Amino acid sequence: MVASKDSGENLVSVQVDDHWISVPRGTRMIEACKQAAAEVPHYCYHPKLTSPGNCRMCLVEMGMPPRPSPGEEPELDADGHAKINWMPRPVIACANTVVDGMGIRTQSLLAKECRQGVMEFLLINHPLDCPICDQAGECTLQEYSVEHGNGQSRFLESKVKKPKNVEIGPRIRLDDERCVLCSRCVRFSKEVVDDDVFGFVDRGSHSVLTVHPDRKLENNYSLNTVDICPVGALTSNDFRFKMRVWFMRETKSLCTGCARGCNTVVGSREGKIYRQSPRENNDVNSAWMCDTGRMEYHQLENPARLTEPMIKRGKKHRTVDWPEAICRAARDLTKFKGEQLAIIASGRMTNEELYLTRTLAESLQPGVVDIVKREGEGDDYLSHCDKNPNVNGARKVLKIRSPGSKLKSIRKRIVEDKIKALLVIGEDLIDCGFTEGELSSLQCLVSSHIIANPTAKMSHVVLPGAGYAEKRGSMINATGRLQRLNKAIDPPGQSREDWEILHELNRAVDGCDGVTELADVFTQMASTLSIFKGLSLSRIGDLGVDVMDTGETVPLLEREARRVSEGLIVG
Amino acid sequence: MEVPKELEKEADDFICHYPQEEKGSASLPLLHLLQREFGYISDDAISWVAEKLGTEPIKILELVTFYPGFRQKAPGKYHIRVCRTLSCAMAGCHQTMEKICELAGIDRSNVSHHDPIAISTDGKFSIEFAECLASCGTGPVCLVGDDFHEEVKPENTEQLLQQYK
Ligand code: SF4
Ligand code: SF4
Ligand code: FES
Ligand code: FES
Repeated sequence: MVASKDSGENLVSVQVDDHWISVPRGTRMIEACKQAAAEVPHYCYHPKLTSPGNCRMCLVEMGMPPRPSPGEEPELDADGHAKINWMPRPVIACANTVVDGMGIRTQSLLAKECRQGVMEFLLINHPLDCPICDQAGECTLQEYSVEHGNGQSRFLESKVKKPKNVEIGPRIRLDDERCVLCSRCVRFSKEVVDDDVFGFVDRGSHSVLTVHPDRKLENNYSLNTVDICPVGALTSNDFRFKMRVWFMRETKSLCTGCARGCNTVVGSREGKIYRQSPRENNDVNSAWMCDTGRMEYHQLENPARLTEPMIKRGKKHRTVDWPEAICRAARDLTKFKGEQLAIIASGRMTNEELYLTRTLAESLQPGVVDIVKREGEGDDYLSHCDKNPNVNGARKVLKIRSPGSKLKSIRKRIVEDKIKALLVIGEDLIDCGFTEGELSSLQCLVSSHIIANPTAKMSHVVLPGAGYAEKRGSMINATGRLQRLNKAIDPPGQSREDWEILHELNRAVDGCDGVTELADVFTQMASTLSIFKGLSLSRIGDLGVDVMDTGETVPLLEREARRVSEGLIVG
Repeated sequence: MEVPKELEKEADDFICHYPQEEKGSASLPLLHLLQREFGYISDDAISWVAEKLGTEPIKILELVTFYPGFRQKAPGKYHIRVCRTLSCAMAGCHQTMEKICELAGIDRSNVSHHDPIAISTDGKFSIEFAECLASCGTGPVCLVGDDFHEEVKPENTEQLLQQYK
C-alpha cells in the first residue's frame, strides 16, 4: 500500500500504541498487539478455535493511512510512515486482521471506556461468588475486573437467577450464573471433537449455556472445556472445591496414558496431586488431552501402593531396608544365567530406566528380555491405541523388536522348568496371562512395581517404585518425539524412583556403573545410542525434540493445520 | 408425536430449497409448520426437526427458546398475544390484558419469563404478552391466532372475545 512497500517477505507494518512493528500479512490484530507486548483482554477469542467476536472485550481503537488522490503524496510521520486517520468507532481485535500501515491503540481513552463498559455488563448478573469459586485465582473475569473494571457497581435491580450446579456430563458441572456466554466450550466441542452438544437457549439477559436434556457432555475430551472456560462456569467434578489454585505447585510433565505423550501441567501441594491439565505443544497434543489420561494420576493414590521393600520368608513378606532388598535381589538373580533367567520390563518405563535395565541385562545375561504389549482403543483425535507411553524407547534402548512377542515362550519355558528366575519391572504378570502356578514354580522372582499386585504377592523380592508423576526421565512418543517427564511429588514411604532401584541393582551385580544422578544415565545413553547423540536430559527442553521418524501423524494436529491454512483459526 | 404424511412432504419441500450441507437453514420453516399443525413445539417436535435436518436437538432448542413466536406449551383454542412494547404500554395494554383475563377467566399469577402463557379454565383462550407487533400508532394491539386487532382498549375487549366462539 503506502509507506512500507511489501518487501516480498509478506510482512506488513503496524503501529501498536505508537510503536511500529512488522508482522506477517493476515495476522490477527490481537496477535499483532501481543507481539508488541500489548496484551488485549479477551474472552471469546481462543487461537485454536474460530473467532465469533461475541464478547466485545477486545475492542481497540483502529486507524488507517488515508488513500491519497492520484498524484498526491501521503503525509508522512517522523518514522516515514503514512499518517494514520483514526476511526471514531472501536473495532474488535480478535477477528480482524492487520493491513499495512494500520494503527492500533490499546490504551486510548476510547479503548479503556469500551472495556469498562463490557466489564460492567458482564458483572450485572454475575453472582460474584469468587470466595467459593474454583476458578478464583485464574479467572479472567477477576483479572480484568481489577485491570479494566469500574471498581463499583451501579446496578440496583435484582440479578437474573440462572441454573446452578447442573450436571451436564459425568465429569463436569455447570454454573450458568458465572457463564459469560463466550461460547468457547461450544466451539471446542463442535470444532475440535465433533461433539456439538452445547447451545445457548433463551435470549438477552436470560441466555444460558446448556446441553439438550437428552444429551450429555461425555466425550473423552470434555474436561478441556473446563480449561478453556475463562470463568468458573464449567468446573471439573474431580477438582471441584478441593484446592485453591494459588496454593498449588505446577510441574511441567507428560501424560503416560498412551503413546501420544500429551504435555501436561501437574498441580500439587504438599505431596498430593490435585489436578493435571494439558500444556500446549503444537507438535504433540495442541492444547488438549483426553479425560482418561487426565484422571490417570489417581492411580498414584491407590491404597495398595507399595511403600517398603520386602523379602518373602515362607509364605509371608517382611519389610526390609533397601540395601538388604537390593543385595538379596542381586544375589538371587546372579545365581541364574542365560536360559534360566528372563527379564520382563515395561513400555511404561523411561528411557533411563530401560537403559539401566539394558546394562543390567549385559551383566546378568538373561536368555530373553521382553516388555508387555498394551493394546487398547485409540481414537481419531489424540488417544493412541498403544497404551504404552514409551514403546519407541523400549525399541531403541532395550532393543525390543516386537513388544510382547516372547511372553508366551517365557511362560512355556517356566512350565518346562527351563526358566527358573524372573526379573519383572513395572508389570503385573498375572494381568498378562501368567498363572500363579507358573510364577510359584520359579526359584527366584524379583519384581518392582508401585502397587501390591498379584505378581508382587508371589515375588521373593519386592521393590517399590515410583509412579509417573513421582519421577524424572525421558520417553519417546508415537511420532518419535523425545520428551521429558518431571517429578511433581515424592514417591510414598520408602519407595524410590525406578532409575535409582535399577542403578543400585546394577552396582550390586557389577560394581560401579559410573552413575551418580539421573542426568548421568542420559549422558551414558547419549554416548551409546546414536538417536540421543548431542542431547542431554536438560537439552530435551519443555517441548521435547524429534529423534525418530516413525511415519505416524496426529489426526487432530493435521485437522488443526488445515484450519490454520484456511484462516479459520490462528493455531 | 405423529407427523402427518402431507406435513412431512411439506417439510421435505422446504429442505430441498437449501443446499444439502446447509440443511439447517430449514429449521425455522419446519418449526413454523409444526407449530401450525400442533399449536406448539413439543420436545418430540424438536427432536423430529433435529433428526430431519441431521443436527443436534440443542441447535433446534436454541431457536425455539430464542424466538418468542414459538410456544413450548399447548395454547388454548384461541391464542391471544398482547403487545407490551413502549407505544402499546403507553396506550394502556396492561389494562387491556387485565380486562381480557377477567372476561376469559384466565389467571396470570403464575406466569414467568420461562412460562409466559396462561390458559383460561375452560381451555378456550390462552394469552401472553408479545413484543412490538409493528402497529405502534394504533395501540394497544393484539393478535388472536393470526388475526390482527388494533385499538383494543379495555372497553373493546368484550366485543373482541365475542368474535371467537
Ligand atoms: S461455560 Fe465458560 S466457556 Fe462456555 S460459554 Fe460460558 S463462560 Fe464461555
Ligand atoms: S491421549 Fe494419551 S497421552 Fe494424551 S492424555 Fe490421553 S492417555 Fe494421556
Ligand atoms: S475476544 Fe471476544 S470479541 Fe474479541
Ligand atoms: S409497541 Fe405495540 S405494536 Fe409497536
